[in-house]
Amino acid sequence: MMADQKIRLVDTTLRDGSHAVKHSFTREQAAAIAGGLDKCGVPMIELSHGDGLGGSSYTYGFSGTSEFELLKAAAEQIKRARLTVLLLPGIGTIEDLKRAYECGARAVRVATHVTEGDVSAQHIAAAKDMGMMAVGFLMMVHMATPERIAEEARKMESYGADYINLADSAGYLLPEGVCERIEAVRGAVGIPVGFHAHNNLGLAAANSLAAVKSGASYIDGTLRGLGAGAGNTQMEVIAGVLQRCGYETGVDFYGLQDHAQSAVDPLMLRPQVIDNGSLMLGYAGVYSSFLLHVYDAAKRYGVEARDILVELGRRKMVGGQEDMIIDVAYGLKQKG
Amino acid sequence: MAVIGPGNIGSDLMYKIFRSKYLEMGMMAGIVESEGIKRAASHGVAVSTEGVKAVAVRKDIKIAFDATSASAHLRFNGPALKEAGIVSVDLTPAAVGPYCVPSVNLDQLRDEPDINMVTCGGQATIPIVHAVARVAGAAYAEIVACISSKSAGPGTRANMDEFTETTSKALEVVGGADKGKAIIVLNPAEPPLMMTNTILVRVKDPSAGIDRITSSINEIVDELKAYVPGYRLRVPPILEGDKVTTIVQVEGQGDFLPAYSGNLDIINAAAVAAAEKIAQRMLAEGRGA
Repeated sequence: MMADQKIRLVDTTLRDGSHAVKHSFTREQAAAIAGGLDKCGVPMIELSHGDGLGGSSYTYGFSGTSEFELLKAAAEQIKRARLTVLLLPGIGTIEDLKRAYECGARAVRVATHVTEGDVSAQHIAAAKDMGMMAVGFLMMVHMATPERIAEEARKMESYGADYINLADSAGYLLPEGVCERIEAVRGAVGIPVGFHAHNNLGLAAANSLAAVKSGASYIDGTLRGLGAGAGNTQMEVIAGVLQRCGYETGVDFYGLQDHAQSAVDPLMLRPQVIDNGSLMLGYAGVYSSFLLHVYDAAKRYGVEARDILVELGRRKMVGGQEDMIIDVAYGLKQKG
Repeated sequence: MAVIGPGNIGSDLMYKIFRSKYLEMGMMAGIVESEGIKRAASHGVAVSTEGVKAVAVRKDIKIAFDATSASAHLRFNGPALKEAGIVSVDLTPAAVGPYCVPSVNLDQLRDEPDINMVTCGGQATIPIVHAVARVAGAAYAEIVACISSKSAGPGTRANMDEFTETTSKALEVVGGADKGKAIIVLNPAEPPLMMTNTILVRVKDPSAGIDRITSSINEIVDELKAYVPGYRLRVPPILEGDKVTTIVQVEGQGDFLPAYSGNLDIINAAAVAAAEKIAQRMLAEGRGA
């Protein structure tokens, strides 16, 4: 790949980061974070419940402030960036998307499990009808072969997706696994490809760089890495890494660092490190958002969090199946 | 009885009708010569590729299952069956008629020309919500239905919102919750996972206590088992503060569809249970065929 490739950074502090603060973002926080990102030249700012529109629930955690209120607060501060939402068909609906549009959202990433791309057709089409940018977002890409991922990406392209984003939702992949997947999708579709990493094995920035070298042109990140599990690719870090490599991102590198320090450091509930549970997510291939729910269940049922995580991995649970944490914890306690 | 729509659902319904004491399979109707049509014919069932038209002219048919699509039910099948005086048991998400969950409200549905079977997830979870609501009230009910990817047909996949919206509404209307929320997840694991549903209810009166809630749930599970033998509690009700969590699993009877597709089995079994009740009423009133 040429080093003059233009990379678009997609910030998801206010979406994936929502997991890390247990969906407690306030209007003021959303306004400050979005406003600062916009000033730093980040072209896409994603905001919604961590599990996407409509995610506020017992299963995924209730939002302290409605995502629609947060969208409105963020939209007021954004001048250039595209306010973006995540939508998982089966959780969020087109009605939710219409409401998000009214609150200022102009792009949606429609996320499905890596083998289930066809459930996104209706939502991608609805977004295009509204004049929104639509992104086909395939989750848990470690669970499928590059060929299968390419097939699902082609479907999403046929529904009207503007780019395809591959998410290593479990933070399981090693750099070569990222490269072969990005290359397969690049070879299968005529639209750009992006990548979303989790840092559970300490590889988020390295995997994101590997994705770029394989031709990805959209990269997800969050300020301070705030996100599910061990968090995401740290935005200010990847901005620096890409700058060192000579890639054009158009963002203010110092500005992002200052913004992370002033707007995100104070609201973090726990240090965004690779703790034992996060490491096991990456090791066992478990959806990163399960982590804090697993810690809660481990405490409530008096069982070992790592045992729950390994069992969830063995059962091949996919994104959205947080309810099965209780099932596993209950089962372990019975065996206890 | 007639079945309109000879796909997987329709074929499974046919085998369930064969087993029923009260129902007789009078016709399988489709719109093209298909495997399902051939299968029905091989069992000696009258078949047609003229769709609902062939059913409407059969004076001996009193009840028809519609296992096609919401748009087909709305545009063609529903109106044609009504015109012919045939009761529709609608398995599509069209929801023209009132929702029917047999263990909850079958007795209240009298002489309706068109009843709707909600969704598979609705059939599996609404009875539990109802069981909780009747002893402790339900301010909010949330369900997560997990079905195997293999058992989610193209109809479900093309229209996920219909599932979540119809189920949410029925959690309120039939389940008795002030507010309902439904979530569906497809899991592609091999071998396919059994249909699993988590039901979470915020009760109005936690002082009703876990014992009363549990016995109310056990009672309705026994009623459900009468028509869905593979229905069982995976995690019995847990009361934490004002939240009741229950997890159920549905194993199919394997009439035509594999056992893991408990989601398809339960909606079909519910439809058959509803049709049997309607047939018994017709027979009692001397309207049987």
